[in-house]
Amino acid sequence: MRVVIAEDLALLRDGLIRILEAFGCQVVAAVDNGPSVLPALIAHRPDVAVLDVRLPPTFTDEGLQAAIRARAEIPGLPVLVLSQHVEQLYARELLSDRLGGVGYLLKDRVSHVDQFVDAVRRVAGGGTVMDPEVVAQLLASRSGAGPLDELTAREREVLGLMAEGRSNAAVAARLFVTEKAVNKHINNIFSKLRMPPSGDDNRRVLAVLAYLHGEDGRRPRTPA
Amino acid sequence: MPQNEAVDGVRGLLRTWIRPGAVTAAQGLLIALLALSTHVALFVLSLVSLLLIPVFGVGFALFPVAIALVRLCAGLHRRLARWGGVEMASPYLPAPAGAQFGTWRRFRWVVSDPATWRDLSWLLPGAVTGAVCLAAFALPLYGLEGLLGLPLVLHLTVGFGYGPFWPIDNLGEALLCIPLGALFLVGGLAVGRWLVWLHLAFARFFLPPTRTAELALRVRQLTVTRADTVDARAAELRRIERDLHDGAQARIVALSMSIGLAEQLVGDDPEAVRRLLAEARETSGQALAELRGLVRGIHPPVLAERGLAGAVRALALAVPLPVAVTVDLPGRPAAPVESAAYFAVAEGLANVSKHSGASRAWVELGHAGGRLTVVVGDDGRGGADPAAGSGLAGMGRRLAAFDGTMVVTSPAGGPTVISMELPCELSSPRISPSSGTG
Repeated sequence: MRVVIAEDLALLRDGLIRILEAFGCQVVAAVDNGPSVLPALIAHRPDVAVLDVRLPPTFTDEGLQAAIRARAEIPGLPVLVLSQHVEQLYARELLSDRLGGVGYLLKDRVSHVDQFVDAVRRVAGGGTVMDPEVVAQLLASRSGAGPLDELTAREREVLGLMAEGRSNAAVAARLFVTEKAVNKHINNIFSKLRMPPSGDDNRRVLAVLAYLHGEDGRRPRTPA
Repeated sequence: MPQNEAVDGVRGLLRTWIRPGAVTAAQGLLIALLALSTHVALFVLSLVSLLLIPVFGVGFALFPVAIALVRLCAGLHRRLARWGGVEMASPYLPAPAGAQFGTWRRFRWVVSDPATWRDLSWLLPGAVTGAVCLAAFALPLYGLEGLLGLPLVLHLTVGFGYGPFWPIDNLGEALLCIPLGALFLVGGLAVGRWLVWLHLAFARFFLPPTRTAELALRVRQLTVTRADTVDARAAELRRIERDLHDGAQARIVALSMSIGLAEQLVGDDPEAVRRLLAEARETSGQALAELRGLVRGIHPPVLAERGLAGAVRALALAVPLPVAVTVDLPGRPAAPVESAAYFAVAEGLANVSKHSGASRAWVELGHAGGRLTVVVGDDGRGGADPAAGSGLAGMGRRLAAFDGTMVVTSPAGGPTVISMELPCELSSPRISPSSGTG
């Protein structure tokens, strides 16, 4: 798997390269500033890009902007965005093209090396990976009104894991239940939230995230 | 239709002449009455009370009372001037604690305020310019008398005079009084407005604060807000120190202990080493989470990355009810102002989701007349009181450090609207970094 990395702190950049190469990835480019991200992505067309949000020269959100621009140039280019903090706003922007192949994780998660590498692989395969903290924020900001409150505690748990981008098998393993039980929960969730069922894992995750972002029309937000 | 034209004509006359004329006449009458009665009386009272100081110190108690009345009169003129479009701030020094009537402290406060002596020196000249304002009332009234043909009536009954005809000798002269009256009315209204203006313009030499007094007031206000800011900053630093000390710092100590222990055991007990390393990772995650929370409280990263508009949108997303965000900022405010405005909005939205019971809320950011305007509103139950809620009061204090103001309107039953204003210039137009989300 060919990877492009953008991270300005040498310590973290070397760490990322070491981890990814240890798991059989090939780091084709590792850049340390915002303006070189887009040319590197276009030149190398990697299987996945791992980008830090905040990069020189302005130390704002160059990495995120580069990710969004790169996906406008190369639709569906898998990007995994890393940050010291996560924002619903940024998740929403990353997901807005609804093409999948998007990851958004706290940098802390890199320390669970196997889970991190798994996330990189899922994003490269067109899947969606959301940090548990983003999902918790989404669930918190949508509670107190509407069908979400009709879910049982277990169903909310399943919904949360699904929104993080986990497959049915992974959810089942995590909750120590069978995949059949997970399927039942998912069917209940979709009927309670009045969403059309979908067999495809990736599409289902995107639908759940869109729902949580309030983009299903049931809870309109006035665009600013 | 001619009838409508006539109605419009009367309306126009009412708007441009009669209503402002009546207001001027009333102002002239009020000013003249004040000038002729109270000005002189107050001046005499003040003078007598000063002269009475040697007499058993009666004047010490009496003088502040006289000055309180003088200030009422001067205050009335300042208000009149405001109606006339002339802004006059109150010039008096704030009363010290325990300065009740009859105390030495009260006397000293009154005597040491230069505004007291400026008020007093204005009383007599002001009485002259004020008395002249009687013409603003009397002339139009006299003109009205002539215009309505009253001299004619009086001539026919008891014999009377008007204007230059005194007494009126014949019917021709009596009829001439009618156009003469119209002349007096129009002239009186025109002159009256000018006389009232002259009186107020003259008062401006005496009644507003002097430059020195203005500066003294400003210094007093800045002293208070600076003290608040310094206190708040110190408390903030103490909180950060405590959070770091008890949180992240302690966890990193635990982390290095785990790693050290693992180092010791690495040859003998691989299972224990694995457990220790897992523990270390857990602890480092907690330390990072605590640092993240702390950083958010100091300067939210999204504010640094996206500016005020983006940060407020991010805040709005985290509130469990729909929040409409409207931003009309042609540039970016200075960083400290952005930060103050951000935390004010955060506090406002936190209040909305905690207390208001609202079903929707809105945030508006704008910039007009050199001021950043921030509005946070909700359709909840209202009844928010800045005096009761420490959150709202704290918001007001934080904004005061930037000469900002906060107005809360929250009638019972809602809606609650918090309007804030912060003086600030905007930097050059923003190169829009964000795609349109809200």
